[in-house]
Amino acid sequence: MKAVVLLDFWASPFGQRCRIALAEKGVEYEYREENILGAKSPLLLKSNPVYKKIPVLIHDGKPVCESLIIVQYIDEAWPDRAPLLPADPYARAQARFWADFVDMKVRSPYADASHEFDSCSSLRIATNNCAQPVCSQHPLTLFFMYQFFEYGSRLWKLKGEAQAAAKEEFILILKLLEGELGAKKYFGGDAFGFVDIALAPFVSWFYSYETCAGFSIEEAAPKVAAWGKRCMDRKSVANAVSHPDKIYEMVGVLKKKFGVE
Amino acid sequence: MAEEVKVFRSWGSPFSYRVELALRLKGVAYEYIEEDLSNKSTLLLEYNPVHKKVPVLLHHGKPIAESLLILEYIEETWQENPILPKDPRERAVARFWCRFLDDKVSEMFALWMSCWTEGETQQNFMEQAKECLHLLEEELKGKKFFGGDSIGMVDIAASSIAHWLGVLEEVAGISLLDEEKYPNLCKWTEEFLKSDAVMECLPKRANLLALFQTRKQAISSVK
Repeated sequence: MKAVVLLDFWASPFGQRCRIALAEKGVEYEYREENILGAKSPLLLKSNPVYKKIPVLIHDGKPVCESLIIVQYIDEAWPDRAPLLPADPYARAQARFWADFVDMKVRSPYADASHEFDSCSSLRIATNNCAQPVCSQHPLTLFFMYQFFEYGSRLWKLKGEAQAAAKEEFILILKLLEGELGAKKYFGGDAFGFVDIALAPFVSWFYSYETCAGFSIEEAAPKVAAWGKRCMDRKSVANAVSHPDKIYEMVGVLKKKFGVE
Repeated sequence: MAEEVKVFRSWGSPFSYRVELALRLKGVAYEYIEEDLSNKSTLLLEYNPVHKKVPVLLHHGKPIAESLLILEYIEETWQENPILPKDPRERAVARFWCRFLDDKVSEMFALWMSCWTEGETQQNFMEQAKECLHLLEEELKGKKFFGGDSIGMVDIAASSIAHWLGVLEEVAGISLLDEEKYPNLCKWTEEFLKSDAVMECLPKRANLLALFQTRKQAISSVK
């Protein structure tokens, strides 16, 4: 086993974040494909016993889990080159905030209702959502639940009114990102950094989102669209992320599997 | 200079508590601004326009939101009594457990949802909660605190288990933090509550009890 191993899945935007970070730092590593739609490897189960998910970075035999934590680790373990986070603590806090924002809108279906300490209505929303059984054992369902249950995925998972509502929510998220990006080349400023790495893999999904929900990201958020193209010009990103056509193909497969037509 | 550091908080919130505890552990003087979460101030909405929540830390007039991010900022700005280890891998492990606490243990999940729900939904949440407690119990093995010999970021993130959980259990009439099943966690709670910094800004149990009892009634009546 090489000194640096990445347990990953080809289409995972979370794994791609790690691949981009490793490439930016020029770190050689062994890529290991996990068949997350089938049985998980003993190495994965041993390395991430809590979540049993990719990506996992194994450095000198020791695992690091959770994509944004892995990216920060990569930055700290190879501090002598290509800093991924700015030096100033306030700028770092802002970078972490926006990367977290991307994650929040991606990771949790209860994102808006969560962490509100004093809201009875949000508790009710969450309770109603939680009342549905979540514990299907089918690996595809688990994959679906954990990796794709997000605002973007609602664009192709839902239909009719629900999809229209999801589209409005998603456009709001895009506009927030548009505002944060502003006139900057990257979210980090002149230098490609943490927030860019967090969001770049999702650029491959733009085509699928647009086609399924019938809207244009270029229209809704022209700066983000332009930023996406700039990211694709970087070798580290181009080599890591999936081709939009391949993602669209996979979305088609998933839609069929879940009877969404 | 106390006026340099301000914390927008809500007295009963375990999230704003995390920020106050971290500042006290590092001996940083601060002012707090109490927020009524049902009637948020214009200032709070200005400083946290994206999420509109407490806590927000204001340092030299610049706002930082999200409790765990604020903890990272505090660690990087004030070097006394570090709450994160120096080694990158150990830092990654600490961040992992902080994330775990916010994912699985925080407001909308497991421990908290066990207390606000009933029937089969409650049973499901209690099962999940017990799994989470078990994982934390294992992580504590051989250590006084999650951070080792002294209170670290994970301990701060886990404050709700040391104080809020007991209150919630009482309001809901359930028992989750069983001493027989989770001896490490129970011992950890004892040690954690021995700290002066911890006790200085902890909300009074009686007040939390009243707050949660009111909320439980409100939720039941909303169904």
